Amino acid sequence: MFAVTRNASDGRKRARLFSRTGASLVRIIFSLLITFIGLLLVTFLIGRVLPIDPVLAAVGDHASEQVYQRVKEEMGLNLPLWQQFFVYISNVVQGDFGTSVLTSNPVLEDIKRVFPATLELATLATIIGVFLGVPAGVFAAINKGKWPDHIVRIIGLAGYSMPIFWLGLMGLLVFYLKLDWVAGPGRLDAFYVDFIEPTTGLMLIDTLIEGDMDLFWNAVSHIILPASILAYFSLAYIARMTRSFMLEQLSQEYILTARVKGISETRIIWRHALGNVMVPLVTVIALSYANLLEGSVLTEIIFAWPGLGLYITNSLLNADMNAVLGGTVVVGAVFIGVNMLSDVLYRLLDPRARR
Amino acid sequence: MTTDTLLSVKNLAITFSTSKGPVHAVRGVSFDLGRERLGIVGESGSGKSQTGRAILGLTAANGKITADQMQFHDLDLRNLSKRDWRKVRGARISMIMQDPKYSLNPVMTIGDQIIEAYREHHKVNAIEAKRRALDMLAAVKIRDPERVFNSYPHEVSGGMGQRVMIAMMLIPDPEILIADEPTSALDVTVQLQVMAILDDLVRERGMALVFISHDLHLVSSFCDRVLVMYQGHVVEEIRASELDQAKHPYTQGLLNCLPKMDGNHAELPVLTREASWAET
Repeated sequence: MFAVTRNASDGRKRARLFSRTGASLVRIIFSLLITFIGLLLVTFLIGRVLPIDPVLAAVGDHASEQVYQRVKEEMGLNLPLWQQFFVYISNVVQGDFGTSVLTSNPVLEDIKRVFPATLELATLATIIGVFLGVPAGVFAAINKGKWPDHIVRIIGLAGYSMPIFWLGLMGLLVFYLKLDWVAGPGRLDAFYVDFIEPTTGLMLIDTLIEGDMDLFWNAVSHIILPASILAYFSLAYIARMTRSFMLEQLSQEYILTARVKGISETRIIWRHALGNVMVPLVTVIALSYANLLEGSVLTEIIFAWPGLGLYITNSLLNADMNAVLGGTVVVGAVFIGVNMLSDVLYRLLDPRARR
Repeated sequence: MTTDTLLSVKNLAITFSTSKGPVHAVRGVSFDLGRERLGIVGESGSGKSQTGRAILGLTAANGKITADQMQFHDLDLRNLSKRDWRKVRGARISMIMQDPKYSLNPVMTIGDQIIEAYREHHKVNAIEAKRRALDMLAAVKIRDPERVFNSYPHEVSGGMGQRVMIAMMLIPDPEILIADEPTSALDVTVQLQVMAILDDLVRERGMALVFISHDLHLVSSFCDRVLVMYQGHVVEEIRASELDQAKHPYTQGLLNCLPKMDGNHAELPVLTREASWAET
């Protein structure tokens, strides 16, 4: 009888949860659409406001007036602004961001090539940052005011204050040049570059798909240094936030309740307190991840990492407006996506947010 | 006191070191506790809650406890190791906290929290633990234990939350239960229901109850014996039934402050304090 009642109530609960999830899914998609249109509007306006003439960038300084006018017409720039915007939206929806002047490839193709490099770097950096930063923050919080707390604080402070280009160069100098523990700039040794077919564009996964362990370890030894350096920054931030969230939770009444029950201190910290810390922490982690996904220009330059940050910067310096706008839309879309993901996780972690 | 004394406290003092100098929260409290219901009454800051926490070894880190004796059966509570404390807490001495809104973990289901309290001290499998937890929820007169078991703390009312609290603290079957203002956060109508449930269970299981409250009426109607505390001292110890014969002016003052249903409706007197009460 007992089992029957349990299943019945579980079933009802699940059905309720599903219908609620369905309704909120519709709401999420709707708000995503609105946000995305807003994003397109902003990038479009930025593109029109910037004092860069896309026609001039395409035809060059020495083109005749007729050529200039013809190209302007071909680009649709003689239409009223609102029409241009609709043309822009319908192009973007079809995946057409225009052609890059710099690389003469479609912008979408360029982004498909550079974004995975950034995605791979940012994801690995965030994973390292979370797996080291959260325990470090917890460790600091439970030893508040003692030496482990100070050590974590000093490491964090150093992470904040060291410029990333300096840290990157020092990392290369020590671990690549002197110790030879890691490989140098680039995603693979130059010798290997043509061996790999970009399936996902993520080097670590592509090499695994091909089953070539030599290539895989080569990719690992290339990514580990830039990823660690980026991770150091997100680690410093995550550890600091974890520490303060943890201290706040440990002073709550329910922690005392758990102690009264005779629960072990380990379980109190990692199950009770951290379960509550994860709720605000998820947002912090998501924002730091989104920041990295934007592409860290300096890191990408130092490590010759062909990522999004490098691509957008280069395009901007060369007045390649299509590429800049395309890149900006991608960055914006990534922010929206990561925010939505953190929203979903937030709901999963905090039952009070599931309404 | 008698041979069936569970807990004997002699000359307990708790001092907190703060940035403004030491605060003497409790100064020389002594009592013996048998299988009875002992009330500790006092205004806020009188040290009653700190006395309760000290019995569980849960005084805040900046507090220093001294006592001539703190004997629980054959255990000297003054110098228990962390490991030994964990065997006492929950299993043998437990405490009901004030406000279920804050004292239950918001991201764990009620069922998980009750099961956790039970399995910490009893080696049983998950199914048996769940059965026990549901029984316990039924014992605190929750009509739909299954639903409450699967709920989160924010999904139940305050009165329900406090019943959950009682269930959680009684499920390992402790010998002493400390109830620290268990009904202060509840509506007046719910207060009596919760107290009645608590009282029933304490009688049924033959536990000792330490009932900490500022409510003299409530304490006297649910306890056998009352300790009246003032500024860290016990100023009077009296049988609950003989409360109207209280000798100490503070207790008398507290009693006089309470409105009566019969008698005149003149203005209630204000308690006038004397510095000498805080000495002794």
